[in-house]
Amino acid sequence: MVDVMYFAWVRERIGEPREQVETSASTVADLVEELRAREPRYAEAFKDLSALRVALDQELSDFDAPLKGVREVAFFPPMTGG
Amino acid sequence: MADQNHVRVQAEEFDPSAELRGFGRGRKNVGAVVSFTGIVRDDDGSLDRMEIEHYPGMTQKAVAAIVDEAITRWELGQCLVIHRYGPMRPGDQIMMVATAAKHRVAAFEAAEYLMDYLKSRAPFWKKEFTKAGKTAWVDAKVNDEDALKRWAR
Repeated sequence: MVDVMYFAWVRERIGEPREQVETSASTVADLVEELRAREPRYAEAFKDLSALRVALDQELSDFDAPLKGVREVAFFPPMTGG
Repeated sequence: MADQNHVRVQAEEFDPSAELRGFGRGRKNVGAVVSFTGIVRDDDGSLDRMEIEHYPGMTQKAVAAIVDEAITRWELGQCLVIHRYGPMRPGDQIMMVATAAKHRVAAFEAAEYLMDYLKSRAPFWKKEFTKAGKTAWVDAKVNDEDALKRWAR
């Protein structure tokens, strides 16, 4: 079980800020595939991974990173701070 | 290491002049203080407000890591980052950085480094609301990402 969080327009497209996901995915990319297959709103949000960033346990990471031991996965667009 | 005094992520407004009073004072090897304040810009009068979303669990840590790197790299005597979230009006202050270093080049460079990294590596997202009722997430710019390359080593 992982906590999956969404921010900015990813959150708006999916319609909720966080959810618990039962998954056996071994990488972030595998998790994305599982989510995409769920419903059109997920497929829409995850259409273009180059427009997305991912953080694992609150550290920026990559889509090919392993999920083993990870408790919190966050998806969001490129950051616009400053 | 960056402690709470160096990094503040908050909804409230802040007063840059009050923050700078005494900044860098009483520390050895401080001969230069540089500060930058970012404000909400409204180019054509159409902006009603901006809202900044952030990732509460990650923001403080991500900003602190950027500050720690700047302190180490430019041997800063003191370093401050304040970044707001929530709703803001045109003209409101969004964020500020301040750096205190031995010489001005280090103070300027460290401030630019902080700005470049805060823009692309701190988990904040800006959304604009126009007076006409339109909303749009601000897109990251390609040159924001390119700006990080000059700090690579």
